Amino acid sequence: MFALKIITPVGANLRVRPQLITLFQMPDILPPDCVGLVRPQTHQFTTPLALDCGRSLPSYELIYETYGQLNTNHSNAVLICHALSSDHHAAGYYSMQDKKPGWWESCIGPGKPIDTNRFFVVSLNNLGACQGSTGPKSINPDTGKPYGPDFPIVTVRDWVKSQARLGDVLGITQWAAVIGGSLGGMQALQWAIDYPKHLRHSVVIAASPKLTAQNIAFNEVARQAILSDPDFHAGHYYQHDVVPQRGLMLARMLGHITYLSEDAMRKKFGRELREGQLNFGFDVEFQVESYLRHQGSSFVDRFDANTYLLMTKALDYFDPASQHDDDLSAALAGVLAKFLVISFTSDWRFSPARSRKIVKALLDNKKEVSYAEIKSHDGHDAFLMQIPHYLQIFQAYMQQIEITGEES
Amino acid sequence: MKLRTDLALISEWIAEGSHVLDLGCGDGTLLAHLHNARQVTGYGLEIDDDNIAQCIQAGVNVIHTDLNQGLSDFNDDSFDYVVMTQALQIIHRPDLLLMEMLRVGRQGIVTFPNFGHWRARLSLFFGGVMPTSRALPSEWYNTENIHLCSLRDFEKLCETLDIEVLQRTVVDTKHHSTGLMRLMPNVFGEIALYRFRSKPVKRIYPQQSL
Repeated sequence: MFALKIITPVGANLRVRPQLITLFQMPDILPPDCVGLVRPQTHQFTTPLALDCGRSLPSYELIYETYGQLNTNHSNAVLICHALSSDHHAAGYYSMQDKKPGWWESCIGPGKPIDTNRFFVVSLNNLGACQGSTGPKSINPDTGKPYGPDFPIVTVRDWVKSQARLGDVLGITQWAAVIGGSLGGMQALQWAIDYPKHLRHSVVIAASPKLTAQNIAFNEVARQAILSDPDFHAGHYYQHDVVPQRGLMLARMLGHITYLSEDAMRKKFGRELREGQLNFGFDVEFQVESYLRHQGSSFVDRFDANTYLLMTKALDYFDPASQHDDDLSAALAGVLAKFLVISFTSDWRFSPARSRKIVKALLDNKKEVSYAEIKSHDGHDAFLMQIPHYLQIFQAYMQQIEITGEES
Repeated sequence: MKLRTDLALISEWIAEGSHVLDLGCGDGTLLAHLHNARQVTGYGLEIDDDNIAQCIQAGVNVIHTDLNQGLSDFNDDSFDYVVMTQALQIIHRPDLLLMEMLRVGRQGIVTFPNFGHWRARLSLFFGGVMPTSRALPSEWYNTENIHLCSLRDFEKLCETLDIEVLQRTVVDTKHHSTGLMRLMPNVFGEIALYRFRSKPVKRIYPQQSL
């Protein structure tokens, strides 16, 4: 019988009968490979968290969602780490009125690569973010005002530490897999370095062992756009009831250029004109301008500028080899997890060559690793797309992950 | 499932518990078999997406690699054996790859179709056309096999590269071996299998810096 699953953070399943759906006048039926309606949950941590920057957060909150059921011996938990601008809402819908599902709907759900029939999936919003976890726009208990620029700069290592604490809260001592794309992939890599015994698999997608100078340069331009916006007010814009929307919009527009390949942009927009003619002015004329402005302005509505600054810094600072004389192989010598590393041919932000550095360091240590370079025109964004070979390889890897206590 | 005969022959040449690199590993059958039957560890290198997915499904470590780019991701002497079945003839520079195999591994194992087989000889001699056969079914214009060789060609190359042949077997396409093949391998053998290593005295190739 058809039933809608409502997934609660503790993994308990409430089933809503179809009659009730009619009663609530919910228009559409969710597809069977969707996790269904989901709700986020928040946990308050009161043990201080010492950060890489030398400061510590006395208390903080993390918001997260879970999909699927945690099995009795807690061996089927999978952690999803998010990228620069995404959040804990990785799959499912909050209500039947939602226009969009979670950001990784293509990969999380029953029968999908991260199969919620097998795995208990945890997806959180990182510290310093702006969608519910403690970050710059949260109230600083010391001042009663938003942290703003006083929120400490957090690193990938700090995030991993806070994620491990969330695992403790959920009773997960060893993750079946830690998975992430882009900045999320860096967290999955850091997990294997910092907590080797606490994960069995690390899936690192469209990532890099450190940023190139070109990448840091893009981040710097994005930051300068925000910092030089007159509405930024040195990060205290909350008190002025404004947001540095021009700066944040520019930062996002720049980001979007780097997330797409030239090919993808040509295919998507070409030189198409919005009104079919040149107007000899500086308003939007080309479709690509319209797209970027739309991406920029819609981003301003949902994202905090201080968080954007923090996230780009976390990217710039990430470099696990730096503590080992720039020797990535030495940094990965102690990992125990098996790895799946995936890159995309047209990704020039985190190119296949960057992923190969990770693979090479694992090979140097004779670690278990598989690597796939997926043909794609979608640029860096490909990791969110439904590319058949990508999903096929991702699914094949996830399927062969052993879960103790699983009925075969 | 029964193992393909050439793979069964190769697996007998590989010592238990060794570390193996399989170039052009296909769906990972050989490595999966070696892992289960002989506790062998290692990696397969593949370029085809479907094959990569099948390797991963079978629990075989597979690295997306274009063999024509060499083996620069691997350090010197990091494997006991480097295996390449039915791929030598499609490589742009088989000589360079053979040297790469012996740089990263202590021993190499290759299999390839023998272009010195009597049918190939007859086809060219009497028919005056490029041979096709059970082992080489494609036409000259669409074949992937760009560097075909006979047993004698291969052994001459080994001599040039200071490679010592340790073991040689020839079989037909069904991987049977007959007395005739053993008597005149370069005439009757359809598929050749070789195990080899660098001649112990010196390494003639430069160490590649990584």
